[in-house]
Amino acid sequence: MYVAVKGGEQAIARSLELLAEARRGNTAVPELELAQIREQLRLGVARVMQEGSLYDEDLAALAIRQAAGDMLEAIFLLRAYRTTLPRFGYTLPLDTTAMRVRRRVSGTFKDIPGGQVLGPTYDYTQRLLEFDVAPVPHVAPAEAPLPSNMPRVLDLLDAEALIERIEPGNDPEPIDLTREPLTFPADRATRLQNLSRGDEGFLLGMAYSTQRGYAESHPFAGEIRMGEVDVSVCPEELGFVIEIGAIVLTECQMINQFHGGNGVPPQFTRGYGLTMGEGERKAMSMALVDRALRCDELAEPNYAPAQNQEFVLSHSDSVEASGFVQHLKLPHYVDFQAELSLLRTLAAQHAAPPPVKQGEAGRGSPALAPAQECATPPQLSPVAQGRESIEVQGT
Amino acid sequence: MTYNFAFLDEDTKRMLRRALLKAVAIPGYQVPFGSREMPLPYGWGTGGIQVTAALLGPDDVLKVIDQGADDTTNAVNIRRFFSRVAGVATTEHTADATLIQTRHRIPETSLREDQILVFQVPEPEPLRTLEPREAETRTLHALADYGLMHVKLYEDIAQYGHIATSYDYPVLVDGRFLTSPSPIPKFDNPKLDRSPALMLFGAGREKRLYAIPPYTRVESLAFDDHPFEIQRWEHQCELCGSGESYLDEVVVDDRGTRMFVCSDTDFCSGRRVEAQA
Repeated sequence: MYVAVKGGEQAIARSLELLAEARRGNTAVPELELAQIREQLRLGVARVMQEGSLYDEDLAALAIRQAAGDMLEAIFLLRAYRTTLPRFGYTLPLDTTAMRVRRRVSGTFKDIPGGQVLGPTYDYTQRLLEFDVAPVPHVAPAEAPLPSNMPRVLDLLDAEALIERIEPGNDPEPIDLTREPLTFPADRATRLQNLSRGDEGFLLGMAYSTQRGYAESHPFAGEIRMGEVDVSVCPEELGFVIEIGAIVLTECQMINQFHGGNGVPPQFTRGYGLTMGEGERKAMSMALVDRALRCDELAEPNYAPAQNQEFVLSHSDSVEASGFVQHLKLPHYVDFQAELSLLRTLAAQHAAPPPVKQGEAGRGSPALAPAQECATPPQLSPVAQGRESIEVQGT
Repeated sequence: MTYNFAFLDEDTKRMLRRALLKAVAIPGYQVPFGSREMPLPYGWGTGGIQVTAALLGPDDVLKVIDQGADDTTNAVNIRRFFSRVAGVATTEHTADATLIQTRHRIPETSLREDQILVFQVPEPEPLRTLEPREAETRTLHALADYGLMHVKLYEDIAQYGHIATSYDYPVLVDGRFLTSPSPIPKFDNPKLDRSPALMLFGAGREKRLYAIPPYTRVESLAFDDHPFEIQRWEHQCELCGSGESYLDEVVVDDRGTRMFVCSDTDFCSGRRVEAQA
C-alpha cells in the first residue's frame, strides 16, 4: 500500500543532528578553537574572507569550523552573513604603494629598488611531509628595515614609456556587484570585482588555459607584493579622512606582450590581480584572466574561453555554481514525469512510424503575431499525422 | 543576534518591491535586480525567497510547495525559514494562503484575486538554450525577435511530428514578451492565462524578476496546425480518483509496479476528505 511521503520536517531535523555529530567527530578529541584556526590555518581563513567578500578573520574561522573545513561551504556561510550587514559607506581607494610589504618579488628584473623579499612562502619548501613537529624557529630581524614606500616595478617601465599608461582619475566610479546585477558588456572595474570574488580553482584553470595557447599573451610576473595596507574612509558628516584599520592584501601585476593595434604602438600591457589576505595563486590567476578579458579593448582576436567575458564572469562564482550544480539533487518528479511521458510517446512512434499523409503538409502558419516574419510554417512536416496520440501517455 | 522581519533589511525589500512594480508594469519583461546572497543555496529558490521576503506582512498566510507537494524537503525548509525569520502563519491549504511560493507546479485549486503566486525560477531566459549570450538575448527581446524559438519548435515538429517540450514550455505574455513559465509542466500553462492571482517570478542566481499581472493574456507558443496540447493520463489518481490533476508516477515495489497519484498533495487530500464526508 502506497503511503504519501510525509515527514520531511522530521527528516530534516534528524539530518541536522547527524550533521552536528559528524562535524564534531570524536568528542574525546578537544574541539578546535577559533583562535587555532585563525592562527594556524591562516591561508584557509584568507581564502574564505577573500571569496566570502568579508574581511573578518574570526568570522572566517567560525565559518571554516562550522563547515567542517569545506572551504566553499564556509565561503557560502560568510556570504549569507554578509548580506545582513548594514552598509555604512565605501572606503577610499587603497594605496598599495604604501603597503607594509612582507613579500615582494618580481620575475622581470634581477634586482629592483627595495629588493626582492621572499617573506613567508611555500615556494622553496621541499614538500616533504614533516612527521615530527619542528620547534618554531626564532626569526632574527633583518639588518635594516624595508623601505616604507616601495616603488612598483611597473612604474619603472612606465617612466620609459614601454608599458601602457593607466591614468589615475580616468576610472569610472565602480558599481557594487553585491548590490547591482552584472550586465554585459562589463567594464574592467566590474570584471575585476567579479574575478576578485571568483572561485580560485576556476580562475586557476582559466589562467592556465591562457598559457597553453587559448589566448596566449606571453605574461611576465612584473611584481607580486603582499602586506598590510591602511584602510581609510571620508565620512560625509566629518568631511575629512580617517583611518579605520589595515588589511592584508596580495597584489599581482602581470606584464604582457602586445604587438600593437587599435592605433596603439607595440608596448607592454597590464593584467591586474588583487586578493584580500595572502592569496598569491589567486592573484596571479586573476591577473592573467584580467588580461585575457581585455582582448576587445586591445583589438585582439576573441576566440578563447578565457577571453569570453560572459563565459568567465557568469561562471566564476563558487556560491552560484555550487548551488546550481547541486540543486539537481532536489526533487524533479514533475518535470521527470513530463519527460517520461514524452519519451514513451517518442519511443512508441519510433517503433511504429505513423503513415505519411502528404496532403496534410502546407497548412501551417504561425499562430502568434510577433514572430510572423521569423517562424517558418511547418510546410515540410511529414509526420503531422501522428499528433493525435502525442500527448497520451503509453504504458 | 536577531534578523530583520523576513530576513532582508528594509532597503533591500524596497529595492525588490520597486523591481517588482516595474515587472508588473511590463508583463513578461525580465527586470535585472540586485539579488542578495541568501542563506539558502542558489538554484534552491533564492529568487522566490527574496520575492516572498519583500511581500510578506505579519498577517500573511504562507504556503510553500515543491513539485506540488507541501512536504518535500526543500518546501519544508523554505517554510521553516520564514516561520523562523518572519514568524508568519503557514498553511498547506491552497484556499487559506495569501501568498504561495512554488517550485515546478501551479496548484490545481483555482487561485483568487487576493492571492499571490511566487515562482522559483532557475533560468529566466527562455532563449538561453538557443542563445547563451545575455547581450544577444536582451536584443532579441527588445526587437521581439523570437524566430529562434519558432524555428526550434518547428524543427521538433519536423523531426518528431510534434513539439518535444514537456515542461518550461515557452509562453508569450500580453502578446509581447517571450517568457519562461519556470519549469512547470506544460499541463499547468493554461492556468497562467488570465489568472485572477498575481504571478511573480524570481530568479536569484540570474538576478532577474518578472511578472504576469492578474487577467493577463498568456499564450503557449504553437502553430495553427499544431495547436498547444497538455499532458493527459490514461490513469486516475489512485488515492482520490481525480482524472483532471497532474499525476506523479510512483514505483511501489521491487518488480517495478507503478501507481499514479496527484502531484498536488493538498488537492488530493482535500478530495479524499470530501469523499469521506
